[in-house]
Amino acid sequence: MSMHLWIIPLLPLAGAAINGLLGKRFPKALVNTIALGSTGAAFAYALWVAAQFLALPADQIPYLETYGTWMSTGNFSVHWGFWLDQLSFVMLLVVTGVGFVIHIFSVGYMAEEGGYYRYFSYLNLFMFFMLMLILADNYLQMFVGWEGVGLVSYLLVGFWFTKVSAANAGKKAFITNRVGDFGFLIALFLLIKHFSTLEYAGVFKAVAPFAPEASAGLLTAIALLMLVGATGKSAQIPLYVWLPDAMEGPTPVSALIHAATMVTAGVYMVARSNPIFSRAPVALEAVAVIGTLTAIFAASIGLVQNDIKKVLAYSTISQLGYMFMGCGVLAYSAGIFHLMTHAFFKGCLFLCSGSIIHGLSGEQDMRFMGGLRKYMPWTFWCMTSATIAIAGLPPFAAFFSKDAILWSTWSSGQHLLWLIGIIAAGMTSFYMFRLWFLTFWGEYRGPNPAGGGHGHDADAHQAQDAHATSGAHGHGTPHESPWVMVLPLVILAILSFVGGWIGVPESMHGPDTFNRFLAPVFTTYAPAGIAHAVMSEGAGGIAAESSSELAFSLISVGVAAFGLFLAWYFYYKRKDLPAKLAASAGGLYRLVLDKYRIDELYGAVIIQPLIKFSSVVLWQGIDVKLIDAGVDNAAHGAEEVSDGMRHMQSGNIRSYAGWVAVGATVIIAFMVWRGLR
Amino acid sequence: MVPLSYYLVLSAVLFACGVAGFLIKRNIITIFLSIELMLNGVNLTFVAFAAQLKSLDGHIFVFFVMVVAAAEAAVGLAIIIAVFRTRETLNVDRVNLLKL
Repeated sequence: MSMHLWIIPLLPLAGAAINGLLGKRFPKALVNTIALGSTGAAFAYALWVAAQFLALPADQIPYLETYGTWMSTGNFSVHWGFWLDQLSFVMLLVVTGVGFVIHIFSVGYMAEEGGYYRYFSYLNLFMFFMLMLILADNYLQMFVGWEGVGLVSYLLVGFWFTKVSAANAGKKAFITNRVGDFGFLIALFLLIKHFSTLEYAGVFKAVAPFAPEASAGLLTAIALLMLVGATGKSAQIPLYVWLPDAMEGPTPVSALIHAATMVTAGVYMVARSNPIFSRAPVALEAVAVIGTLTAIFAASIGLVQNDIKKVLAYSTISQLGYMFMGCGVLAYSAGIFHLMTHAFFKGCLFLCSGSIIHGLSGEQDMRFMGGLRKYMPWTFWCMTSATIAIAGLPPFAAFFSKDAILWSTWSSGQHLLWLIGIIAAGMTSFYMFRLWFLTFWGEYRGPNPAGGGHGHDADAHQAQDAHATSGAHGHGTPHESPWVMVLPLVILAILSFVGGWIGVPESMHGPDTFNRFLAPVFTTYAPAGIAHAVMSEGAGGIAAESSSELAFSLISVGVAAFGLFLAWYFYYKRKDLPAKLAASAGGLYRLVLDKYRIDELYGAVIIQPLIKFSSVVLWQGIDVKLIDAGVDNAAHGAEEVSDGMRHMQSGNIRSYAGWVAVGATVIIAFMVWRGLR
Repeated sequence: MVPLSYYLVLSAVLFACGVAGFLIKRNIITIFLSIELMLNGVNLTFVAFAAQLKSLDGHIFVFFVMVVAAAEAAVGLAIIIAVFRTRETLNVDRVNLLKL
């Protein structure tokens, strides 16, 4: 029986094509119908596929569909095909489900924006490429999706392309990703060279005989290069710099692409390639270390940012770091679990911030918010749910997923990484509740407030105004968003609440459904010694360890509660303290506020030299002086020669005849000379 | 029997006369006649070799050349008349509109 998986990605593609090619003339209602209809249909079909998949016997998983050869050369060939196993199953539901919800939200958020059809066309196109990425049954097809989502990310970050900062952010996102893609491509070339195949099944079978590499070898090289690709797409150190800038895009885009789905593609790729990574301990170590460092690094920047979306952006980077941390200690399923819950709560957080920005007519600076609890009760409650979820308080989603990662890190012996991770968790709790207190509690600090306003720099306000292009929000006071925006918030808030319950570990007397469900993906091709490790960590550990796992959960909760307390103390109880603290910290505060000046560092070390080299050597040297000059000189030379030669064409027939005679004489003389010789 | 070389020398002389006339003369009709002279010089060579080698190929070539020469004469004279009508001269040195 065939499930016709191809329908799922093709539906959004059709929507993108119709809206993109014809949408300019459509009324908004029709654009909505096409965009939401195609995505909704894809989600509905994915649900049907999910039901079919769950009924499949275990020996038919992964379920494969092949449609024909894409290219064939020598002994290497690639076909079009889809691969559905437990991992892509989870991704499929997350992408189509969260994607559909965010499409709904966009209808409200983008209602007054220009380029409405263009926006939805891009969004549908993104769904298509993302589905290609997660459903592919070979690395090349995955790469198509991988590049495609990068392209759409570029298009949507630069959606307000008349704004220079947005256009630059789009370029930055694309170019930074290209650096990572380069690594990924080389990994693919290595796979082709050594295994002559890019199909998952073929590659996994080919690496199966390898034992885990004690020192760096072929698989380590491949895994590390894949990691380079993943750091680009998933915004990890050192290629994370594009994600905060990507917040220039519309907020639903930040929610869908830069929080819930696309940026998790790197985690998905690492988890998908687990047979390779599990055999390359050095690369795994790198994954774990990069993830952990990113987690704390981004969290520390998030502590002091004032732009609500920037806080969430650094939070996303930090949470992605956790996912890599989980994958790096062989707890792939914990990483994917966190990926899923993160899609819920971070999607919700971004949409809530979108709702706030919408309600405040484009204000993004938290210093001009406050007291919104009264004005936007729905947004407040949804944001509360998601904030508690990301902070890791039980029984919300991230408590289970983040804890699974931290516990796996500890039990795999990476105690230092665990320590860093738990500190980052405290920071997460602090900056999220800081955001929560700053936006929803206290008095409203924006313009035209209900009860007396505090003045602020109008220019700064303008600069922050993402809606500057529309200028259509004529509202003075904050207001709740329309139901079409609130409904998605509620759905995601509920998911942030209950989403973790499918992964309650055995130590808490839960069935541990999620790990058990995903386990086949990570054990089938795992090397002998590691299959056990994956299972024992993934499945919640041995009974003797379950009590200590519980104890570690308590530590996490304690840290999160401490973060909550600090945020409450600083931003609710003693509001004068943060400013004093910032003043006394002085330079350090400036440094963190300026994001450790990493952008400036990259600018000085890489970008400026590159621009210098390009403009002085490549442009003025090679292009102008070599290529252009060569072409020009060739043309001038031809002109000179022709100018001399044209005197032969006198128009005098007898002189032509003379030339003919001379030519004939020369030829005859030559022949005679040849004959005599 | 006249030796072959006689014919060849005669045809070379004819051809040389034609070339000289073509290069020296200014009157377009004379130039035209010079061309005919060159053609016939070549024709003579052909028939001389044909007779020598007892082959018909040379004769057939000559017929072709004569047919082409006749056609050329028709077209050429027509062109000459057309040129004379517009330029009112037969001096080729003054028919030089094609120069740069």
